[in-house]
Amino acid sequence: MQSFLDILMILLVLLNFRLLGASQLGTCVHSVAFQAVIIGLLALLPHGLAPSWTWLMVGAVTLVKAVVLPGLVRRAMRETGVMQELEPFLGYTVSVILGVGLLAASFLVARPLRVPAGGMTQVLVPVTIFTMLTGLYLIIARRKAITQVLGFLVMENSIYLFGVAFAVEESWLVQAGVLLDVFAAVFVMGIMIYHINREFDNIDTDRLSDLKD
Amino acid sequence: MTAMMLSLLFFGAGALAAALPGRFRRFPAGPLAAVLGSAAGLFSGLACLLSGDAWDFTAAWRLPLGYVHVGEDALSALFVALISLVGLLAAVYGHGYLGRDKGDGKKATSFCWFNILMASMLLVCLARDGFLFLVAWEIMALSSFFLVVFDHEKPGVLRAGWIYLVATHLGTALLLVMFLLLGRGGDLDFSRLGASGATASVVFLAALVGFGTKAGFAPFHVWLPEAHPAAPSHVSALMSGVMIKTGIYGLLRALSFLGAPEPWWGWVLVGIGVASGVYGVLFALAQHDLKRLLAYHSVENIGIIALGLGLGVLGSATGHPVVAALGFCGGLLHVVNHGIFKSLLFMGAGSALHATGTREMDRMGGLMKHMPVTGAAFLVGAAAICALPPLNGFVSEFLVYAAAFTCLSARASVWSGLAVIAGLALIGGLAAACFTKAFGVVFLGEPRTKLTACESPRSMTWPMAALALLCLAIGLSAPFMAGLVMPAAKLLAPGAAFASPVAIAEMTAGVSLAAALLAGLVLLFALLRKRLLRGRTVRSSLTWDCGYAAPSARMQYTASSYAMPVVGMFRLLLGTRVHADPPEGLFPKGASLESHTEDLMMRRIYGPVAGVLSGLADRFRLLQQGRTHLYILYIVLAILFLFLWNLAG
Repeated sequence: MQSFLDILMILLVLLNFRLLGASQLGTCVHSVAFQAVIIGLLALLPHGLAPSWTWLMVGAVTLVKAVVLPGLVRRAMRETGVMQELEPFLGYTVSVILGVGLLAASFLVARPLRVPAGGMTQVLVPVTIFTMLTGLYLIIARRKAITQVLGFLVMENSIYLFGVAFAVEESWLVQAGVLLDVFAAVFVMGIMIYHINREFDNIDTDRLSDLKD
Repeated sequence: MTAMMLSLLFFGAGALAAALPGRFRRFPAGPLAAVLGSAAGLFSGLACLLSGDAWDFTAAWRLPLGYVHVGEDALSALFVALISLVGLLAAVYGHGYLGRDKGDGKKATSFCWFNILMASMLLVCLARDGFLFLVAWEIMALSSFFLVVFDHEKPGVLRAGWIYLVATHLGTALLLVMFLLLGRGGDLDFSRLGASGATASVVFLAALVGFGTKAGFAPFHVWLPEAHPAAPSHVSALMSGVMIKTGIYGLLRALSFLGAPEPWWGWVLVGIGVASGVYGVLFALAQHDLKRLLAYHSVENIGIIALGLGLGVLGSATGHPVVAALGFCGGLLHVVNHGIFKSLLFMGAGSALHATGTREMDRMGGLMKHMPVTGAAFLVGAAAICALPPLNGFVSEFLVYAAAFTCLSARASVWSGLAVIAGLALIGGLAAACFTKAFGVVFLGEPRTKLTACESPRSMTWPMAALALLCLAIGLSAPFMAGLVMPAAKLLAPGAAFASPVAIAEMTAGVSLAAALLAGLVLLFALLRKRLLRGRTVRSSLTWDCGYAAPSARMQYTASSYAMPVVGMFRLLLGTRVHADPPEGLFPKGASLESHTEDLMMRRIYGPVAGVLSGLADRFRLLQQGRTHLYILYIVLAILFLFLWNLAG
């Protein structure tokens, strides 16, 4: 059991690195969806394999995060014709190296925190923090609005992970509220991106600042 | 109490009704509600003053930081009556002043804020809880800001509004400090506020600066000459006449929390009074803009009020009840008088502005012939503000003089008494010079430019006439007025045995008798003149023109040339900048002269300080690039920093 958990954790970390190093947006969307599935599994593990009310809830949540939201993002990609992040503020190699730094920082920060991991693996908290930082990193360092939406989703995943750590029994309760926000946000952003693209012929967020003043 | 609640209800309903959209705006609900509310407020204030019945009311529900606790004692009632009186007339005047040319929507919006301002001013005077007081104070500041920027599309008006907003909020910041110091246990109910020792002195200074900013004491007055000219005239009348008096009210209320005053508080007040008075009247003399001139006169008159109150504080601090009684009575009566004649003058100026479309005195002239009612009313106001008998300004300044002379004869704080006497004398002389200039240039002589001025509508002239009559009536009923402000003055001198009102009554009776004699003489001469002229033809011709063959209206004294001798005498202080292009050669082609007097404090202190601040603020532009990525980065860095700091700590 413990080793299975650890494997899931390692998978999460690797997915984060994949997000940091990938230029194809399709890859990123895929990674985010995969992360959502892993986190859903993590939430179910403490409850055993017997079908229950929790299964239904977690299943629904995971369905939204792994299928519906990535679907919305893919649609925005299709409509705008943006498939690739061409000129990020910080390059992919640099991003991966910085990602290693972020991972180290997460472990450093998490050790003195002594968050009750709810009987789960010890690396849960650092990995959560790392996922959150990855999401923020994507928002800060990438140019396309779609990547920023993805960063947003990664952050949401990490918040869910925290939910798993803290509220072991009713983690989906915390989750439901967060998810509702994120769903609305992604929905609105998808529409926004479409309209911004139609008006300005690009969705580079740094050029949105032309609108200021 | 019922009348007061009714008044607040009227104002609230009026504000709501004026804010209604569309077709409803044609019905003048705003002015009507303002008039009704003011009438109820006036009734409440006068009833409380005459019967001496104070009331106190605490609502059962509470605000986040205090209770809804209101009350009306003699001090509140005096200000309530004054605010309601001026508000009533200003509402009638404003209804005519804004007319139809500004559009119904804009007028309705303006009257919405007018009603809110009236309600908040009354609430400031009624509040018996610090939190409620501050809320009302802020509503008052904001609603008057929106009234000032009524003509926001005109150049300079928004700037004036911002200066006012910044000044009033800096003042409020000090008031917060004051209430924090007064309410030691976090309880801000007025009945439990208090301070002693050094804290009391700090509280006094905070109140002096905080309330002084609103009232317009000399170094903190900079917003007055900006905001008053920018506002519509009925708003100027209301603001200059009564809103700045809420600052005086606040200062007096704060003094009542502090118990026995220190003598140096009185000296500070006297010093500020002399400084404000002389500074205000000098800068008024150098102005070309009629409303700016009046605004500086507000600074001057607030100075006179401070002189009276300063002597009152000195009297009660050093144990001279007669000085205290005369000083407080003089100061409070001058509050009332200034409220009346200053709103009259602003209404007169507004009427001239309405007719000519300019505030520049040098473009007006000869308005008396076209606007006899406005001219006569303005003349009465001008004579009253110069403290000439038989009008009301004389009565209050007489009481202040009397207090100062009592200081001298009682050998108590002789220097303060001397400073007051010398200051008042100088102020009085300069004020007379200033108003002969204002009235002479605007209303007498010949029109300087082709203006088609005609008398304002009755809704504007009647309020002016009413105020002019009040000026005369107060001058003639000085003992009654002194009796009216006496209970309020009694509240301000705690503990000390108060001087017998009989002495003051006798003194003021003498003043009124002399005033009545003077008024009678004027009337007699007027009748005599009419009788002598009966049956004779009256021919009007040029005044003596030094033998010059072709006089023109441009050869009259202008506002600047009339004031030139005095302005020249004080040029070091005034710093008037003159751009002269003198005539040259035997056959000069053209010549010009321009003079401009900027406020000393604005130029030397507030301007440079604001420059340094905005220079510092510009440095932060490096951080604010307008890129969302960077902003999110800042947030992340801040969170990480807090995280690490928390771990390290």
